[in-house]
Amino acid sequence: MVPFQDRRTPGQRFLQAAEPYLYSAPALVLILAVMLVPLVIGVSYAFRDIRLLSPFSGGFVGLKHFHALWVDRNFWLALNNTLYWTGISVALQFLLGLTLALLLNRPFRGRGIVQALCFLPWAVPTFLSGLNWAWMFNPVVGPIPHWLFALGLMDAPTNILADPQLAIWGPIVANVWWGIPFFAITMLAALQSIPRDIYEAASIDGANSVQQFWSITLPFLAPTMAITLLLRTVWVANFADLIVVMTGGGPADRTQIVASYIFTTAFRKLDFGYASAISLVLLGLLLLYSLALVSLRQMLLRKG
Amino acid sequence: MGHHSLLGTLAHRFALLLFVLFALFPLYWLVKVSVTPNDLMYSEGVRMWPSRTSLEHFRFVLENSNFPLFFRNSLIVSLSTAAIVTVIAAFGGYAFSRFAFRGKMWITGLLLVTQMFPLVMLIAPIFRMLSPLGLTNSLTGLILVYTTFNVPFAIFLMQSFFDGIPRDLEEAAQIDGASRFQAFREIIVPLTLPGMAATLGFVFTAAWSELLFALMLVSKVDASTFPVGLLSFVSKFGVDFGQMMAAGVLALIPAVLFFLLIQRFLVQGLTAGAVKG
Repeated sequence: MVPFQDRRTPGQRFLQAAEPYLYSAPALVLILAVMLVPLVIGVSYAFRDIRLLSPFSGGFVGLKHFHALWVDRNFWLALNNTLYWTGISVALQFLLGLTLALLLNRPFRGRGIVQALCFLPWAVPTFLSGLNWAWMFNPVVGPIPHWLFALGLMDAPTNILADPQLAIWGPIVANVWWGIPFFAITMLAALQSIPRDIYEAASIDGANSVQQFWSITLPFLAPTMAITLLLRTVWVANFADLIVVMTGGGPADRTQIVASYIFTTAFRKLDFGYASAISLVLLGLLLLYSLALVSLRQMLLRKG
Repeated sequence: MGHHSLLGTLAHRFALLLFVLFALFPLYWLVKVSVTPNDLMYSEGVRMWPSRTSLEHFRFVLENSNFPLFFRNSLIVSLSTAAIVTVIAAFGGYAFSRFAFRGKMWITGLLLVTQMFPLVMLIAPIFRMLSPLGLTNSLTGLILVYTTFNVPFAIFLMQSFFDGIPRDLEEAAQIDGASRFQAFREIIVPLTLPGMAATLGFVFTAAWSELLFALMLVSKVDASTFPVGLLSFVSKFGVDFGQMMAAGVLALIPAVLFFLLIQRFLVQGLTAGAVKG
């Protein structure tokens, strides 16, 4: 950094070199001890027969779980549902969150309070929100079937959460409701950091607001969009709370995603070995997805 | 901003109104169910507000259940977790923002990968690890686990805030003879207070609503948290939605208060740094 630093003693020099490690040590120690050690053990479970409450479990079974997984129709159905659940949930959260951020980015009276109200869903515990939404979808006392019926979209107020075709939309709506603030907050923050004078220069050059959006706003938002979309996709794919609470994976496994299937396998069937094998596959798929995204981004950056 | 047309302004307000209604209606419904007396719960169908309200559900939850205890436990766990995570992430985020060091790429990758674990995979091993240490059935064990699981995201968040603060500030202080740690503590930390408030808020709400670990690591009432209480409530008493929603409204209060308190800083804080890719 600075060339004339030779006056430091070797001790000082060591301390300086160690500084970044000292700053990150508490985080690293915790993650290694409380996450990675269990992860290694958890990976080993995928190759063993681990069943809670079963006295003869614990033995090494090789790839048995993975073979079972390969022929498990429920797993493939869950994987298919995961794509649907994650894709639609994240796309809607993102588009609505971005829209809200753009609306909030314009100054107006009472902006603070409107902003606070719009961000409230994020503060609601997810399982509570699941219970509440399940109640709102109730065919007898829930407003949603009632409204759909009143609008003529339904022949009678029926139970959407029990309809194989529609059930997945229950948790999706709840998830979108809860997740909009995350994108709104991060996008708004990114919007606010765009220097104002760029827009002024553009409008002097005659660019209309649509052109300004495409040539200024979007490129500035792109890095934030990339990281938040990546994180959120991975989180939502792993997020089983709403499904477990609202539909339990039913009807007929039509809302079962891989994450909720793992939950059911572990806690209802008490088969931790098989649950670990499925988890490992899901982890692998998410890693592949992230790597693909990151290298795609690298490629695009090199081209641009 | 005088150049917006009247029509544009109206469309803007209308769109915002829709967002506010969408955000608030489910919360309104939660409150409505919690004050509906049991005899009207089903008989009145879909009414926007019950013809008669009562606080019977709240009275039951506060006087005849373990919820005050769960409430206290959740507060202790969430506040401690938020405080510890924020301190750890402030140091970690600073190191990530300001130093180039060997292994940084690997550590960043490691932190990203931790965001992809299906948590279920870790529960049984964590239980086996904490059990001999006497950390199951204890608030300390929960705090330890929640802290660990919130640290990676908090580090990324804090790093983005530090990235937004010019480096010249602490370099100037160092030239004046301050050590780097002094510069960090006295100059950089005060500037990042909004960012820290944001981190506190995110972590508090995450810890406040965590269910899976709370369910698996704790089997005794003494160390149970609010979410577990809410869930046990459902199975134990049948699905009594009135009482459950009353408990839910109570569970909502600290999270919402905390969130409102920090949301002012949230946007300012994020604005200072913005989450950068």
